[in-house]
Amino acid sequence: MTTTAAVEQIEAGEQLFNDLIARDSRIEPRDWMPEAYRKSLTRQISQHAHSEIIGMQPEANWITRAPSLKRKAILMAKVQDEAGHGLYLYSAAETLGTPRDKMSEDLIAGKARYSSIFNYPVLTWADIGAIGWLVDGAAICNQVPLCRASYGPYGRAMVRVCKEESFHQRQGFEILLELANGTPAQREMAQDAVNRWYAPSLMMFGPPDDDSPNSKQSMAWNIKRFSNDELRSRFVGMMVEQVEALGLTLPDADIRFDEETQKWEHGPLDWNEFAEVLAGRGPCNAQRMERRREAHEDGAWVREAAVAYAEKQALKAAQQKAA
Amino acid sequence: MSESSASATRITPGNALRPEDIAASEATPTPDVAEYALWLGDDSLILAQRLGWWISRAPELEEDVALANIGLDLIGHARSFLTYAGHASGRTEDDLAYFRREPEFRSAHLFEQPNGDFARTIARQFVVSHYQWELYSRLMHSSDATLAGIAAKAVKEVDYHRDHGAQWILRLALGTDESRRRMEAGLKLTWPYVGELFTDSAPIDAAGDAAVRPSALRTPFDEAIGAVLAEAGLEVPQVPQAVGGGRAGRHSEHLGYLLAEMQVLAREHPGASW
Amino acid sequence: MTGGSTTGDDGATAPSTGVSEKRQGWPLWEVFVRSSRGLSHVHAGSLHAPDADMAVRNARDLYTRRNEGVSLWVVPSSSIITSDPDAKGQFFESPQGKDYRHATYYTKSEGVKHL
Repeated sequence: MTTTAAVEQIEAGEQLFNDLIARDSRIEPRDWMPEAYRKSLTRQISQHAHSEIIGMQPEANWITRAPSLKRKAILMAKVQDEAGHGLYLYSAAETLGTPRDKMSEDLIAGKARYSSIFNYPVLTWADIGAIGWLVDGAAICNQVPLCRASYGPYGRAMVRVCKEESFHQRQGFEILLELANGTPAQREMAQDAVNRWYAPSLMMFGPPDDDSPNSKQSMAWNIKRFSNDELRSRFVGMMVEQVEALGLTLPDADIRFDEETQKWEHGPLDWNEFAEVLAGRGPCNAQRMERRREAHEDGAWVREAAVAYAEKQALKAAQQKAA
Repeated sequence: MSESSASATRITPGNALRPEDIAASEATPTPDVAEYALWLGDDSLILAQRLGWWISRAPELEEDVALANIGLDLIGHARSFLTYAGHASGRTEDDLAYFRREPEFRSAHLFEQPNGDFARTIARQFVVSHYQWELYSRLMHSSDATLAGIAAKAVKEVDYHRDHGAQWILRLALGTDESRRRMEAGLKLTWPYVGELFTDSAPIDAAGDAAVRPSALRTPFDEAIGAVLAEAGLEVPQVPQAVGGGRAGRHSEHLGYLLAEMQVLAREHPGASW
Repeated sequence: MTGGSTTGDDGATAPSTGVSEKRQGWPLWEVFVRSSRGLSHVHAGSLHAPDADMAVRNARDLYTRRNEGVSLWVVPSSSIITSDPDAKGQFFESPQGKDYRHATYYTKSEGVKHL
């Protein structure tokens, strides 16, 4: 291909890309796309996948201690779903050209990020309820609009994730409801968990809009559909209603509905803490990374054995064919 | 979000005998059948508890999902058997799981063994799934309709566990030198506890045609695992058989720790509902 | 043009960004699920597995946890042949505008029964 022809092809690709975005259509893996679009998506989708995988840990810690067999089964199924969601998302990210191994290595090497929320400790059974209700609730708020993300594979992965996640938030709500209507000790446990997880779950939507440099571009590319503050406000509104059904309270005296903006407002959030946890200084950052690294390293001989076996079988089949 | 019938994401709860159905049923086992149901329920419960540890620690993410599926099947079987057993004494599955003391458990020692590395877990799972398949494929013809019903669902699930175990036995045994060494070691560590699974005892006689006689399973078990081990180029380990006693409430040292962890929260809040 | 795709159901990867040097990882497989008898297998996503036997088992574990399927196909992603997206025009232009291939083109018979 001559240089001029190549340039023309890229121009045509760019034109198509811009048209597709303008028409709110979808970009598919082999389409031309701006390098920044590819990079930004790879970062976002792989971070999302890493969050699912690291997010297994805090809840998996309670599988062996779940207080009833039904809850044990539900929790095991939920943590398993998270592994599945991680896999769906890695698949989507791989279509952008980065293999999963590379993404896993980046995670283990501390080069990639995952959602800060998983660096908080899960101290009681009620935390399992609060995670389902608040953390998964916030995640769903974030994810539903992503089903329409401009990148086809990401949107399709999110459709699957959202379908499956609908049970996650409900099971969390039910755990809290049981506790709230249980013994005084259980009730106290439930309120304590809501108190601890409320602010971190609000911070899951990301920094305030004024302080979110990537958001604008992401919205222009139809990846993000609503701003951080918009989604956060919507989430607060839902929680205000749901917490009443639980008979618990949210630890925020400043929640109010602003008639003028028609939006829910909440009290100040500690963004310094957010930055600290993001910078790796949360209570569990080191622990989560260590566990991930350990699983990866301990599993290396198994993965290698499976590859070796496959190669030997393939060789044997080839020899038989030749004979 | 399309709900078209051609979707590859169509989801349904399916249709099968669930622990909740057994809880709602009036069927009550005789004390002897209840004792037998405890054997079966405890075996699956203890092993599910062991497998639960693996989730988030498996050698590859796909295997996290696979081991969780096996664990979920086993919890399902445990809940069904324990729910049914409890009908004889007015206790729920959770009363039995969380509020019995160690000597009241009926699990065999094999189920209580530590996970060890992946090879050891696979060795244990391989033995268990073949044992359970031989068992359930006969128990589905039990004179006790509830046990037969639970076994009829479980046998299909356990069939898949057998396959999962065999696939990994082949890969680990024939993969690398390292994996072969570990697979051999895992089998050797597992083998002392195999004999107990096939030991008859008085409760089996008492349960009559409701139960499957463990000793009758040994020959088909040996044949089935022998075929896989031969394909993998592995020998049946020649190791002395440990004295069991799980069916009479005499357990391995491992069970105490496992129960302490499993029961801790429920026991902090006696009478609470979750 | 071949390439390893995943949830991209045009079965192709994007051009490499240069990070995909050979690794010891398990290869990529595409998964197709038949949700019930009478329907086609539909692309559901992808996964990694060391070989075909494990790929179909991993597909069962990952893509049919909620009763989604009665049958599965797995295909090595590298075996999928896809039309060249850069040739979109020449490949897919021809049927555009040939509306006489569609029943709706024929309007004079409107009102005539069983036609």
